[in-house]
Amino acid sequence: MFYYLIRRLISMIPLLLGITVISFLVIHLAPGAPTGLQTDLNPKITAEARIRLEKIYGLDKPLHTQYLLWLKRLVVLDLGNSFSMDGRPVTDKIIERVPITILINALSMFLIILIAIPIGVISASYQDSFFDKFTTVFVFIGFAVPTFWLALLLMILFGVNLGWLPISGLKSLNYEYLPAVGMLMDRVKHLILPIFVSAFGGLAGLSRYTRSNMLEVIRQDYIMTARSKGLKERAVIFKHALRNALLPVITILGLSVPGLIGGSVIFETIFAIPGMGQLFYMSVMARDYPVIMGILVIGAVLTLMGNLIADISYALADPRIKIAK
Amino acid sequence: MERETPGRLFWRRFRSNRLAITGAMIVILLFLFAALAPYISPYDPGYINTKNALQVPGRDHLLGTDQLGRDVLSRMIWGSRISLLVGFVAVGIAIVIGTFLGALAGFYGKWVDNVIMRFVDIMLCFPTFFLILAVIAILEPNIWNIMIVIGLTSWMGVTRLVRAEFLSLKERDFVRAASATGAKNPRIIFLHILPNALSPIWVSATLGVAAAILTESALSFLGIGVQPPTPSWGNILTAGKDNIEIAWWLSLYPGLAILITVLGYNLLGEGIRDAIDPRLKT
Repeated sequence: MFYYLIRRLISMIPLLLGITVISFLVIHLAPGAPTGLQTDLNPKITAEARIRLEKIYGLDKPLHTQYLLWLKRLVVLDLGNSFSMDGRPVTDKIIERVPITILINALSMFLIILIAIPIGVISASYQDSFFDKFTTVFVFIGFAVPTFWLALLLMILFGVNLGWLPISGLKSLNYEYLPAVGMLMDRVKHLILPIFVSAFGGLAGLSRYTRSNMLEVIRQDYIMTARSKGLKERAVIFKHALRNALLPVITILGLSVPGLIGGSVIFETIFAIPGMGQLFYMSVMARDYPVIMGILVIGAVLTLMGNLIADISYALADPRIKIAK
Repeated sequence: MERETPGRLFWRRFRSNRLAITGAMIVILLFLFAALAPYISPYDPGYINTKNALQVPGRDHLLGTDQLGRDVLSRMIWGSRISLLVGFVAVGIAIVIGTFLGALAGFYGKWVDNVIMRFVDIMLCFPTFFLILAVIAILEPNIWNIMIVIGLTSWMGVTRLVRAEFLSLKERDFVRAASATGAKNPRIIFLHILPNALSPIWVSATLGVAAAILTESALSFLGIGVQPPTPSWGNILTAGKDNIEIAWWLSLYPGLAILITVLGYNLLGEGIRDAIDPRLKT
């Protein structure tokens, strides 16, 4: 296990380097200088001031030197200062926003697992039943629903028409004056819609995947053996089939991390949640390049970590992995 | 007995799949809407009449009007052109890049394969939506840039698929025969192997159109996609969000159009896959 972990970590190094190269190139190969927004909007700026500004950001040096300088600072988590009015360090700006994004994504991942796996298992165990057909339709629609539209509809229904749930932000205006229980309830109320919306897309995918995996496993010889030795159907499904069917699901969960993180841009913007996605959106609108580069790198690193956790869990759950060391 | 040609077999299987036929009909209908937009849309989609703003759906305006008094149905019919265009161009770009790189990786193997597949791994680490937004932040958000960027960020799946096909096909006898007769590599790749690797590409292209349409609508909704006044389903929904307390129809109908469209392409894609190879059916 230890060696597996070490090997897995070492294999991540070239990927990490690649991530930084691409994040860097995406911003620097594009036409127009990153200082464009600061200089273009100011008609009084002189050519001299422009050059001075480029020097501050090191834009006068050749591309590979710029990259190496950026990488050197990146290693010590110095992502430079934001171009925005506050001019704060990018690392601070991002770090204060990461927890809420991770919280929502983790909770929605939990919700996905909680709902999708039973759906997949049941519809596979009772193939072609009414439940199976119903969930198949649900899955097809789930794949096709634009999540931001779902968010709008839920906001109209629960926020505007019924008035049950708030439609934006993380806390109410009177949050500070609420008792402790009230504070918690307020938080929960604000999080229900965002979590549901961000989970929705994954629900369809995972339940379908679980179902087809389960169907695959049920056809195997060892399931027939279990049945023919007279085990109850329940025991066959839950003890013999389920374990084997769920193994690949771990990998799929790891692979769904980038989608979830990418989706946070949409639901955080819609629900006005001050997370990493909203920061990214605002930075894109303001062309705040240091922040954009920083979040690109962090988003990709979070994905790498998601994959790593999935691989480790897989190795822990499946003894066959260890043999193949 | 006469043997069934692959085309006939495909059509027979496809025809008997009710979901696939539904998908095909939805897609055909959309093409008709887009092609006939000038003839069937009841109003000029850009005609502004603020006296008529935010009309509830009714006899004059079947799906109501937006905040500038423009007819929503007409804007949606014209918006279908955007969706089609974005879907096809973006997927076209992704398929060309993905097929080319996948073919190289699968055919040449060794370091070529290694370099290309590591590049794919790296690209897959980025949340696609982040990558797209970052590029859009630099380029001007307009429909052409959107199509190019979606294409440039969605070729990885095709690469993996084509590579796998090439890996198995290049060992087959007909490829060995071709190379024994002295055919050059490009000829073997494009004339002998590629035609045999096309069917999974078709499936992934059809499903890719659906994904591209979803991405475009999300970008337009966020205001960094197709720019007003050009109507797109996504930017009508932006108006829906701005008027969420009063005008539900601005939110409901364009999203429904996206849903049905994406559903249509997904059903069609899965139908094609099942008809090509029923064993893959899930």
